Amino acid sequence: MATLVNVQSLRPVSVTTPTVSSELELSDLLGALKVRLGINRNNYTVTPGLYKVGKPDSQSDVLVSANYKLSFDVLRKNLDSLNVWMLVIDTKGVNVWCAAGKGNFGTDNVVRSIKKASLEHIVKHRRIILPQLSASGVAAHKVKEQTGFKVIFGPVQARDIKSFIEAGYKATPEMRKIAFPMVERAKLIPVDFMYAIYKLLLILCGFFIFSGLDKTGFLFAKMLETCLYPLINIVGAYIVGIVVATLFLPWVPFRAFALKGAFWGLVLTILLYFLIEVPYMEGISIGLVNISIASFMTMNFTGSSTYTSLSGVQKEMKWAVPFQIGCMALGIILFIISKLV
Amino acid sequence: MKTMQYLKNVVTLKLNSDLCTGCGMCAVVCPHAVFEINKGKAHIIDINDCMECGACALNCRFDAITVKSGVGCAAGILNGILNGTEPSCDCSGESEKSCC
Repeated sequence: MATLVNVQSLRPVSVTTPTVSSELELSDLLGALKVRLGINRNNYTVTPGLYKVGKPDSQSDVLVSANYKLSFDVLRKNLDSLNVWMLVIDTKGVNVWCAAGKGNFGTDNVVRSIKKASLEHIVKHRRIILPQLSASGVAAHKVKEQTGFKVIFGPVQARDIKSFIEAGYKATPEMRKIAFPMVERAKLIPVDFMYAIYKLLLILCGFFIFSGLDKTGFLFAKMLETCLYPLINIVGAYIVGIVVATLFLPWVPFRAFALKGAFWGLVLTILLYFLIEVPYMEGISIGLVNISIASFMTMNFTGSSTYTSLSGVQKEMKWAVPFQIGCMALGIILFIISKLV
Repeated sequence: MKTMQYLKNVVTLKLNSDLCTGCGMCAVVCPHAVFEINKGKAHIIDINDCMECGACALNCRFDAITVKSGVGCAAGILNGILNGTEPSCDCSGESEKSCC
């Protein structure tokens, strides 16, 4: 078993390569929890460079990782009983897939990192294993041309890395696919939940004040008495848009995310309308607001999903954004009218 | 199972069979199993599974694949429209939301 070392305090140098454990400590788990909640998640990094896991020698495999600590931890956790080198490249603390999409986990960076670590002196073989999801940033044939190292794309998930190596660098079709099960979607909800929280507060304030409008002017008592219905609806629409719609993402048959969200906004409206008695005009106006908010929140989840294309999201937004703005505007106007008549 | 497929007939993925040598790299890197190799050539199984990540085109040394790749992220596209740039998630930390 490898020695336990606090990863964050390590500085890899080519002379004495630091060793990291394949076991995660409590601080690693707490750190992961904080990042998932969106706390300081853009600053959760590992110092780039070469690390040892176990007791690697000149024949051992080299695994490449991003310097986002969550990526780094997930990889090393899956390396117990292996003796390998880990080459952590500087992706500015961004995970493998996103960094690859932006070019930080790109061909040039991999080439530079191989040279900087003097990998050709450390191992006798000429192969490195990259996560498959880095392939949208790394051209394997170009790395070979520029460094002599053959890039082997490993599995999508780090948990398959051992079976992949044991099978002679062969991945099953399942290992090559990115899945997006409910538990993975749930992990992404907290960060997305915070995304529009200020917009939500602004809308809540607006409807709190509108609730007091009256044909005689503005009534403070009416505001307190009637604000509950719009406020419950609006908070509810925000929650169904980002929590319910995403947890049950494949269950609603519409393909466009904005429609999935709108669907849940409508369901919420109908439920609350029958639970709480309000004038039908107010019910309709709040329904439009709900649909707008839930639709917008679910549409934003396209950025977290693992299967939406740029062309598709652009096509969806062409009608969805005007639709959301229209519903919101009409909802506000009808709500104000319902208070004045 | 087609439980997760996005909008139909929108993706920009194109495969030029004349240039393809059937090396199979596209099938290796694709996270949605869009390609299969059959009789020495790559074939697209279901183009609607493609999410335009661009891995196949980047790793095709024979330039047989083209795709307009980018982030399929509504917040990123909104960022791009508001700043007058290409869609960008801007994970660099300035924006409040770094979408991935």
